[in-house]
Amino acid sequence: MPDKTPLYIRHVEAGARMVDFGGWDMPLHYGSQIDEHHAVREAAGIFDVSHMTVVDVTGQDAEDYLRRLLANDVAKLESPGKGLYSCMLNETGGVIDDLIVYCRSADNYRVIVNAATRVQDIDWMTEIADDFAVAVHEQAAFMMLAIQGPKATSLAAPLLPAALRQTAFDQTPFMSCSDGDWFVARTGYTGEDGWELVVNVDAGCRLWDEACAAGIRPCGLGARDTLRLEAGLSLYGQDMDQSTSPLVSALGWTVAWEPAERTFMGRAALEQQRMQGPEAKLVGLILEDRGIMRHGQRVLAGSGEGMVTSGGFSPTMQRSIALARVPADAVGTCQVQIRSESREARIVRPPFVRHGRILVDE
Amino acid sequence: MSEVPGDRKYSGEHEWVQLLDDGLVMIGITDHAQEALGELVYVEQPEDGATLAKGDACIVIESVKAASDVYAPISGALAEANDALADEPELVNKSPYEEGWLVKIDPSDPAELDELMDADAYSQFLAESSG
Repeated sequence: MPDKTPLYIRHVEAGARMVDFGGWDMPLHYGSQIDEHHAVREAAGIFDVSHMTVVDVTGQDAEDYLRRLLANDVAKLESPGKGLYSCMLNETGGVIDDLIVYCRSADNYRVIVNAATRVQDIDWMTEIADDFAVAVHEQAAFMMLAIQGPKATSLAAPLLPAALRQTAFDQTPFMSCSDGDWFVARTGYTGEDGWELVVNVDAGCRLWDEACAAGIRPCGLGARDTLRLEAGLSLYGQDMDQSTSPLVSALGWTVAWEPAERTFMGRAALEQQRMQGPEAKLVGLILEDRGIMRHGQRVLAGSGEGMVTSGGFSPTMQRSIALARVPADAVGTCQVQIRSESREARIVRPPFVRHGRILVDE
Repeated sequence: MSEVPGDRKYSGEHEWVQLLDDGLVMIGITDHAQEALGELVYVEQPEDGATLAKGDACIVIESVKAASDVYAPISGALAEANDALADEPELVNKSPYEEGWLVKIDPSDPAELDELMDADAYSQFLAESSG
């Protein structure tokens, strides 16, 4: 039996089509995935992301531990509240997971990782923790919501506890604030402004109901996927995994090479790859021909072959877009094998859409 | 419960077939099929002049989720494709039995129509496959 979030009954009563996602019974859509997508680009939507895993890292070595564990450097988090996107790598430089880590105080960090990778993540984090004075503990009792869209914060601010309202409203991207069981971060997975919130079950269920009553549209995983694809945001397990490094996943910018003496997990393998020059890169594709690009389709580009890692229909652009891993020398156009046909696509640099605007040449 | 009109025949692949007054047959997918596929974003019609044999994959429909084949429920020559679907594939979701029709075929063997299910049999088929 798949796990159910505390909002399961509400999803079913709202007419959601439920699907298994990483062992969780989650809403795919509540009727129209495309309308939900537009609601987030144009106004505001709310997502139940309680399947995601919240891990707190505490103790006097917390910073040293995370500087060893993560490819990005938590020493950049100068002020409490600030968050950082990072990959967690294995010894060969492959991505175990991508995550956001927030500094709450000098010895207290919150890490949010994916649902499907929960077991491998916690095993790995616990193993590395052996050498440090830290405690790694999963916060399974909380739930997580994402409220996203240009009107998200103005519509949702009145629903936050008074103590957090103004701070949360004013905070810049990747900042977080907390009060008691409430944790509110200016982050998201849609390319729009908004918040991701970790709250206790009572407060989370109430927030869901009040947000829906305030006109924030419930959105499922279907819209979440097309929104993140348009925003050029990678999906773990599809665009990158244990066999691909950040350097071939358009995530080189998340690797903190300086200071050179920081020996984070996977660094040696990554440096070797960097010196030799990566053989592949992750790019955006816009289909020039008819059809829809899908994960797994073969791509002929540059001096060789590649693969569509995430593909689909962009509701904002009204055509098919994709992320694809192609040979490093690929530029211009490429051929995507869609079923039995070879179809032309243009190579672009993601994101395709951010803040309601199309950012690539159509 | 999905809608199953009584004025046409059905295939086990969730297509409907309706014999028109001019002898052509109109083909589409059922309400059950459109619901299961999710919102359509692209329909690839057969080329003009195509000849279809019963069981051939003749149309590709792509939803927000995946691509699916539509198999010709009867044999014949393509008479007309529903061009409106090029710009509005969602017509198949909104009106699977009317505006969202896919193609019209000039049947080469009208007796093939008798091999398809009527509305009652298809409703029964749906009930059994969902149970």
